[in-house]
Amino acid sequence: MLLRHTKKASEAVDRKALTINPAKTCQPVGAMYAALGVHGCLPHSHGSQGCCSYHRTALTRHYKEPVMASTSSFTEGSSVFGGQANLLQSISNIFAIYEPEIIAVHSTCLSETIGDDLKQITEKAIADGKVPEGKHLVQASTPSYIGSHVTGYSNMVKGFIDKFAFNTGEKKRQVNLISGWVEPSDMREIKRIMKIMKVPYVMLPDTSDVLDAPMTGKFQMYPNGGTTISEMASMGDSMATVATGHFCSRDSAIHLENKCKVPFKLTDVPIGVKATDRFIQAVSSAAKVSIPEEVNVERGRLVDALADMQQYFYNKKVAVYGDPDTLIPLCEFLVDLGMKPMAVVSGTPGKEFAKRMEAILAEKVPGAKFANGSIADMYKLHSWIKEEPVDLIIGNTYGKYIARDENIPFLRYGFPILDRIGHSYFPTVGYMGTLSLAKDILNLLMDYQDANCIEEKFELVM
Amino acid sequence: MSINNSKSKMPDPSVLKEEILKKYPGKIAKKRSKGFLVNDPTTVPEIQANVRTIPGIITQRGCTYAGCKGVVLGPTRDVVNIVHGPIGCSFYAWLTRRNQTSPPTENDPNFIPYALSTDMQDENIVFGGEAKLKTAIQEAFDEFNPRSIAIFSTCPVGLIGDDVHAVAREMKEKLGINIFGFSCEGYRGVSQSAGHHIANNKIFSNVIGIDDVTEPKGKFKMNMLGEYNIGGDAFVLENYFEEMGIDLVASFSGNSTIESYEYSHKVDLNIVMCHRSINYIAEMMEKKYGIPWFKVNFIGAKATAKSLLKMAEYYEDAAMIKATKALIDREMAKVQAVIDEVRPKLEGKTAMMFVGGSRAHHYQELFTELGMETIAAGYEFAHRDDYEGRKVIPSIKIDADTRNIEDLKVEKEEASFRSELQDKKAKLEGAKFDFEDYEGMMPEMKKGALVIDDISHWESEKLIEKYRPDIFCAGIKEKYVVQKHGIPLKQLHSYDYGGPYAGFEGAINFYREMERMLTTDIWKMIDAPWKNEPEMVGSMVME
Ligand code: SF4
Ligand code: SF4
Repeated sequence: MLLRHTKKASEAVDRKALTINPAKTCQPVGAMYAALGVHGCLPHSHGSQGCCSYHRTALTRHYKEPVMASTSSFTEGSSVFGGQANLLQSISNIFAIYEPEIIAVHSTCLSETIGDDLKQITEKAIADGKVPEGKHLVQASTPSYIGSHVTGYSNMVKGFIDKFAFNTGEKKRQVNLISGWVEPSDMREIKRIMKIMKVPYVMLPDTSDVLDAPMTGKFQMYPNGGTTISEMASMGDSMATVATGHFCSRDSAIHLENKCKVPFKLTDVPIGVKATDRFIQAVSSAAKVSIPEEVNVERGRLVDALADMQQYFYNKKVAVYGDPDTLIPLCEFLVDLGMKPMAVVSGTPGKEFAKRMEAILAEKVPGAKFANGSIADMYKLHSWIKEEPVDLIIGNTYGKYIARDENIPFLRYGFPILDRIGHSYFPTVGYMGTLSLAKDILNLLMDYQDANCIEEKFELVM
Repeated sequence: MSINNSKSKMPDPSVLKEEILKKYPGKIAKKRSKGFLVNDPTTVPEIQANVRTIPGIITQRGCTYAGCKGVVLGPTRDVVNIVHGPIGCSFYAWLTRRNQTSPPTENDPNFIPYALSTDMQDENIVFGGEAKLKTAIQEAFDEFNPRSIAIFSTCPVGLIGDDVHAVAREMKEKLGINIFGFSCEGYRGVSQSAGHHIANNKIFSNVIGIDDVTEPKGKFKMNMLGEYNIGGDAFVLENYFEEMGIDLVASFSGNSTIESYEYSHKVDLNIVMCHRSINYIAEMMEKKYGIPWFKVNFIGAKATAKSLLKMAEYYEDAAMIKATKALIDREMAKVQAVIDEVRPKLEGKTAMMFVGGSRAHHYQELFTELGMETIAAGYEFAHRDDYEGRKVIPSIKIDADTRNIEDLKVEKEEASFRSELQDKKAKLEGAKFDFEDYEGMMPEMKKGALVIDDISHWESEKLIEKYRPDIFCAGIKEKYVVQKHGIPLKQLHSYDYGGPYAGFEGAINFYREMERMLTTDIWKMIDAPWKNEPEMVGSMVME
């Protein structure tokens, strides 16, 4: 047994202070991911170099792509006297050596604890002439002792809006999409849906063509993808904003509304039939366009396939962990399929999660357990599973230890996935993405049956 | 696009150096210049190393905590490690190094798959985190009942003034198990290296030698230091030791237990694999207990043979020497067969290596065995001695960044001091047998090769552009950057999830891996077949 010390929930200590096997990580990695979705942008980690190294490593291992970012490389001295000198020096060096359009500075626990004020330091950098003409600094405060990686993502996106979005007074026939933390493939899929719906849009951030850049024989420090400065500026003139995900996108949408008077619709990340329906409706009403037949056809194709699959899903128990914005629509979808999400955890705090889970699970899945925030960790999830076994586990790579110990089929989903390649290329959003997600779940359940059933039950046609 | 380059069209290294440094603002160019040398193995120029990275420069380096928790303590399976700090630091060090471990039975403890953290919150930063840490230790004790608990401080902890050592002492008293803390906040040093030192100090003062009762069994007892069992390297070596008749008491720290550290002072020899990360323990054990140490290298078949034989000769046991020679002969035959097959395909190809604190040196052996040349190399977190050899240690300047890492005052412990081993050492030393030896990387590299410490992204980009080496060795952060150029990158931290690469078996694995990486057709597919064809113009017309 790999997790040989894990106890059943009924035998485990009721923990107050100790997190074991977290279902979250820290703010800056989210800020870094978001900043990579902006064109010509170099994320900069203001703190010791370890944080930056870890965050780049986590993202690189997940995407199998270059993840460029710089660090203020604090030492003991900077920690005592403050990091202003380090950041100012960093800014000069980065513009001189790496020549980005934008440096997106995020803080770390260290610089936050010292009390470095990023806004003040970046203003000083501009005043001191350290920012060349036409180049920009953006900053986000991302202390990891508040929230999670999801919070950092949200804060960084908000930073870009704060810096660039501008209301010229002239409305533009376009919709803003604040995309939430999804894969580059998901962002690409959402853009495809926009094209089908003939809706002009600006998507922020957009990591497609950045974290799935093609092999060309040349390294491009700033790949072709990413939201551009002029696109971000134009967001202030858009008709409306569609923000997907309460945790990743809501603050940015509110900020944009306050700053530029662009109204927003907040909806879920479009995973599953219903969440995609809501997303399509939100886009349709934001852009004031009717929903084209092609969307109906895709939807119909999905529902048709789900009708064929449904018998295999019915009453299957699932344990899920990850980020609230994806867990909410995912659990809704699992319930729609007739499955039972019996154990759900997210390390990301926030009351909205419990409220939504309650609504999704209370009636349809009696006995379902869910938790988020402090100590809602994978150890807890595992101890619940030991109490009440499940048929499927869904979550990031770390679930493989539980899956192997307990012999449960396992779907890798979320961040980070460190042990497989390809996950970032195939979307799970929209009707077509949902279909591929359902297919993956079904294959796992059936492969498990084929591998484990007794011989007389092994059948050709299933 | 072709990846086959001949050395003949390689640029002049001094000219190239100037060109690369030109990009940097003045002062920075001057600073970088001291860590960017054209090698001369006979005179061995002085290199600048172990100095802080310039802010804003994209570096390979990580932090002190990574060196302490991730590298040195991470691989030990029976200690519960609690990271005191916000969640991230703990998350990223969770199972992300490939140090395999093999508990003898299902019932033996193994805490490696667990990441424990105090997950500090806002209020802990404001009001202090000691109370939460105490509770966390109590909960870990209640849940897991471990033989020992280690606490690792991350950046905010030092700043808010939590005294993890006082907490450790208090809880040790209360719970009756060994509990100790590390002040390994990320900013303590200029790289992982500071964390190695901090880890070495604490293990030495709070773990090694606390069990004077247990007598490890065996006639020829030894510890292996600085081998972390990435990809199962240590497993390979353990088999050799067994065949030779050597009893491995403790390994620092691949496939190890904290229990074995407690009586690890009862050995006859310490061998040191990664000099950078662990030489401190070797030295302190010699001072206190009189245990001699020497450097070994198990990367490369010839280096392995040499190291194994030296170990056997140290024990001066005829049967062991005979068994060792038999082992070497048997394994070398297998190695040679693969070299004969692979070498013709790789001969003359070029490699660059920028990694770690010992591997950028050790792995050159394997390339040499394949007839390949290392044209540029450097470490990520090494010191001058790892480049120039231990002889320069007395002349290394101690700057402000290194000064705050304590050098433990170690006294000879009369009762357990092994003067007979010191006599043996003196006798062998007379016979051209080196102890406390490490020659460093530079004396073994060719004249004109580039040696670059803490290479930056900009520098490696230019090297690749100008030299187009056949293979580049570094870590995960560099991997896909280099591969976008159509040049394969071999990760020498994680081995790209392959290995083992230690010993004879490992050497064979590595030759095969190089054969794969340097002969794969994948890089030849980068350009579409129509790339150089004229574009079709006009519209689609029915003929
Ligand atoms: S210090 Fe904070 S920002 Fe850095 S890795 Fe740890 S949790 Fe993340
Ligand atoms: S906060 Fe400090 S200890 Fe943690 S990863 Fe960052 S540099 Fe390392």
